[in-house]
Amino acid sequence: MKLTLKIWRQKSANDKGNLVDYKVNDVSPDMSFLEMLDVLNQDLIDKNEEPIAFDHDCREGICGMCSMYINGRAHGPDRSITVCQLHMRSFKDGDTIYIEPWRAKAFPVIKDLIVDRSAFDRIQQAGGFISVNTSGNTQDANATLISKYAADTAMDAATCIGCGACVATCKNSSAMLFVGAKVSQYALLPQGQIEAAERVRNMVAQMDLEGFGNCTNTGACEVECPKGISLENIARMNRELMKANIN
Amino acid sequence: MSGFFKSSIGRKVSMALSAFFLMFFLIIHLAVNITSIFSEAVFNEMSHFMGTNPLVQFALQPVLIFGVVFHFVMGFVLEIRNKKAQGIAYAKNNGAANSTWMSRNMIYSGLVILAFIGLHFIDFWFPEINYKYIAGNPEEPTRYFHELQEKFVPIWRVAAYVLSFILLGLHLAHGFTSAFQSMGITAGRKKTLKTIGIAYSIIIPLGFIIVALFHHLNHH
Repeated sequence: MKLTLKIWRQKSANDKGNLVDYKVNDVSPDMSFLEMLDVLNQDLIDKNEEPIAFDHDCREGICGMCSMYINGRAHGPDRSITVCQLHMRSFKDGDTIYIEPWRAKAFPVIKDLIVDRSAFDRIQQAGGFISVNTSGNTQDANATLISKYAADTAMDAATCIGCGACVATCKNSSAMLFVGAKVSQYALLPQGQIEAAERVRNMVAQMDLEGFGNCTNTGACEVECPKGISLENIARMNRELMKANIN
Repeated sequence: MSGFFKSSIGRKVSMALSAFFLMFFLIIHLAVNITSIFSEAVFNEMSHFMGTNPLVQFALQPVLIFGVVFHFVMGFVLEIRNKKAQGIAYAKNNGAANSTWMSRNMIYSGLVILAFIGLHFIDFWFPEINYKYIAGNPEEPTRYFHELQEKFVPIWRVAAYVLSFILLGLHLAHGFTSAFQSMGITAGRKKTLKTIGIAYSIIIPLGFIIVALFHHLNHH
């Protein structure tokens, strides 16, 4: 396949940046999208040009690093995948593909397609944990009985990889699917109950402080989430915050 | 608790609460309007009650005005804050791939509804307040039906009403279930409530449109 790529190039956080056109030839439909970029980068290196900076780590859909907005959608055209799981067979010979970094004030671009997602880390640090003794005498988790429903629903929420596709695709740059998943993960389990009120208050306060927008329930995040995190997690977070303020 | 309503989620909840109130009001308003199709006397009687009852006039009416103003002001506040949260616009963005047009354009359907409320106030509310409280005219319990008929004679006004109610329908098509979701009621995602939401967003605007068209076609 022959493709035209329109890729966002930005030298640094302070640089203005712009879209640059690249031609790639001999793209195999079996390549992953990241492998296609590897080929392009090798070509740029051979020509003594600056390769395109993009985040990637596991290349098996669990690290959530590949923050690329491809042809107008987070992680490209297919559902429930990250960019490493997107294959070139999803495109046609002669296609023009737009590749842009996540866009949100809270996710500033560091370089090219790499964005700073440390806002998510700070939200986690504000309450996305349980305080347990880790000195080696931790109680066996299986000693506390949990319903199958609670275990499964908490696990579904815990599959969030913090990739930021929810923020990138949201017209309001809202982080509520991410925060909803993290709040739910603990709210559903008995171990998370003790700090539940404090947790949701602190995480939502940090989310607001980071400058994410407000959810208007468009549901775009749920569609684009590579892990299929449900909007019900946002509803649960809303309930948790109301509960925390009433008690 | 005041801190709650300053948080992003608190603002969502307050939008939803005012939306519930306004959606309930729409049912009452339509119920009164629809009587004008069947009986001039009943319509006049209900309008007279609404226009003269002290509880409606001095308790419910201010609450309603507050509800409307609050919903709009908070809507604008959220829109401005959300605009601020966005980075540079994407060169290519395919919003239709993951969300409905209604959900992405609530501010625009809302602005049309706001313009309509402006027209509605000029048409009915200001003359009504002037008639009763400023000019101090004597009560005339049979005047309402004729006033209504006169308003729907010009085709431009009927067209503006129809267009506004179509936009209201689109606003409600997203807003109904969205309000439940904001309140943390996940039943909003279940089929029954979605069906009720779609039915509500069609029946209510259609009812108002039918009233406007009926009087336009039956009175020249």
